[in-house]
Amino acid sequence: MKKSFIFGAIAALGLISTGAFAGTLDDIKSKGFVQCGVSQGLPGFSNQDDSGKWTGLDVELCRAVAVAVFGDTNAVKFSPLSSKQRFTALSSGEIDILSRNTTWTMTRDTQLGLNFAGVNYYDGQGMMVPAGMGVSSGTELDGANICTNTGTTTELNITDYFRFNNMGFNLVAFEKADEVVAAYDAGRCDVYTTDRSGLAAQRLKLSNPDSHVVLPEIISKEPLGPVVRQGDDQWFNIVKWVHNAMVNAEEMGITSANVDSKKGSDNPAVKRLLGTEGSFGDELGISNDWAYNIIKHIGNYGESYERNVGPNTPLKLARGANALWTNGGLMYAPPIR
Amino acid sequence: MNSSGVKLSDEKESLIYNPKIRSIFFQILALVIVFGSLILLRHNTLVNLEDRGKSLGFHFLGETSGFSILPTFGTWVVGYEVGVSTYVDVFIIGILNTLAVGLFGIIAATLLGFTIGIFRLSNNFILRSFAATFVEIFRNIPLLLWLFIVYFAVLRNLPAKREALFFTENIGINITGLYAPAPQPLEGFLYVLIALIVGMVGCIFFIKWSTRRFLITGKKFPGGWLGLILLICLPLAIYYILGQPLNWEDPIFKSDGPVFRRGYQAGMGMMIVPEMIAVWAALSLYTAAFIAEIVRSGILAISYGQTEASFALGLRPGTTLRLVIIPQAMRVIVPPLTSQYLNLLKNSSLAVAIAYPELVSVFGGTALNQVGKEVEMIFMLMLVYLSFSIITSIFMNWFNSKIKLVER
Repeated sequence: MKKSFIFGAIAALGLISTGAFAGTLDDIKSKGFVQCGVSQGLPGFSNQDDSGKWTGLDVELCRAVAVAVFGDTNAVKFSPLSSKQRFTALSSGEIDILSRNTTWTMTRDTQLGLNFAGVNYYDGQGMMVPAGMGVSSGTELDGANICTNTGTTTELNITDYFRFNNMGFNLVAFEKADEVVAAYDAGRCDVYTTDRSGLAAQRLKLSNPDSHVVLPEIISKEPLGPVVRQGDDQWFNIVKWVHNAMVNAEEMGITSANVDSKKGSDNPAVKRLLGTEGSFGDELGISNDWAYNIIKHIGNYGESYERNVGPNTPLKLARGANALWTNGGLMYAPPIR
Repeated sequence: MNSSGVKLSDEKESLIYNPKIRSIFFQILALVIVFGSLILLRHNTLVNLEDRGKSLGFHFLGETSGFSILPTFGTWVVGYEVGVSTYVDVFIIGILNTLAVGLFGIIAATLLGFTIGIFRLSNNFILRSFAATFVEIFRNIPLLLWLFIVYFAVLRNLPAKREALFFTENIGINITGLYAPAPQPLEGFLYVLIALIVGMVGCIFFIKWSTRRFLITGKKFPGGWLGLILLICLPLAIYYILGQPLNWEDPIFKSDGPVFRRGYQAGMGMMIVPEMIAVWAALSLYTAAFIAEIVRSGILAISYGQTEASFALGLRPGTTLRLVIIPQAMRVIVPPLTSQYLNLLKNSSLAVAIAYPELVSVFGGTALNQVGKEVEMIFMLMLVYLSFSIITSIFMNWFNSKIKLVER
């Protein structure tokens, strides 16, 4: 009996460490779809609409990858993951790409066996308080109770911020964002902290969204981006260049509406992007019109932004740091050449 | 003639069909399969980890953890301090918090479960139907839902942070927790504890001695009373002789000052967070429903003839239950009760959903995400739950052998 215990325990351990990781592209081609890890519901980034269809900025990146590989926006399946499960799901091979508002940090890049394939949203951690508190700055929060999620960098950032400012606080960390919102709404906490994009999205779930204010302090850098497993450079390159192609397309003024007419363009940069010149797609191991398909079916980065999180959506997030570098933002993609 | 040849083939046959050799062969085969799989698994894990640029090792345990943990029993015992405490401390805090809620949960679930179980067999219609409703409601809704229901019911009904409901001058409750004076042992309190232990041992000894005396001589001796006096008076006497070496730190409630500083002051007095109360209550109520059914089945397993016989001997219903029915029913109750205790301990890991910092939440969640040592940390988690369960089993098996039918 004792032996069977130990054996069972070790067998269970072994399960974590099976599954292939090199040749992700071949695996995906043979199974016919991309398995994409997303959040359990963050409006604007990855969220299911009324008909059960996944929408959002992070979701569209996964769809763009699926389009690049298969030419089909629906050749992708989504796995909703908690922030706690996400890295384990990726390293175990359960998902092929993690596109779940995940912050790029050095620890995650170097110690978790993962690679960040770029930044598709420049974010920073913010704090939200009820408007009636009469608080206008994060430095006035001494003694506050703070609600947030477990298993994220937000726990570390808020701890650092309060320690640095010599303020006392209690951290109440929930597993899922829904419970954080509910507990904050019930008054368990004075402050709700997460990435500012998350605050904008989660605040819509509060019973009275307008009676809460986001404080001006941005207490951390949160570059959010897609993540893949370390050790498969081909797949890493595909995900990286899918994002770059969308940013480059915006910079060149190519949209889903005008991509067909741009195909006849004489501009060599446009020709290389759309695959009428060179063999950039072949080098990645996918079809040569990969970027054309992405722009045709999904659109460029700016279109995706405006559709999901921009000023005309409920989230009302201005482009800010996420504008193109030519417009004073940080979005800058290496050239396709 | 050819008898020698026959003999030879006999020997050959006996080698294959020899039960002893056969059993040794299969045992060796099993051993080879088990160890082969172990080596394969180990090799597979190591190669896969290396391919992902990760290594095995427990060095991370000595690193300092940079995140804050909700003040609970565990953080109080360990004295958790951000930037100083290490991942070992986080691990210990998780274990202590799991144990705290598990232990109090087992006690509450047992008391409540036995009461409800006996109520279900009551002749009183109201008690009986109340017990039946309780069991059906708590048993048929998943525990995770109960956690949410209890937690948000608790939160919605408590006064806000800057208000409080005061039970007495020093004890009060609001949404941030239940506050009470915290005991602070001073020099010499150790002797009071020693006196308490001496009192306990003396109490047990007296009760045993008086029972034996009663069985032999038939004379009653108030051993229980004497033991109780010993248990209470001895430590109390020592406590006063040493000049009350225990200080009570009162919680402080402020209703002025900066807005976030109003309410109960951090670090003063004893605080029990609503998350712990909710986890404890949900686990106890849910498990009590199962224990009630186990108790009912145990009592029903005892033939009604036993009750009739003890009535015929002139025993009252209460005495019948206590001296005749329960002791026999315990034999049926204890084995499934053990399973319920193990369930309760393991179910406490669901507490992560409502922010109670138990082992899975704080070590398998936050710490795991910062360190990324899945294999090592999950292995540690499994070892802890395995040890909890084995210790509980050993204790309950011992208890079971104590109360089982003594055959004469």
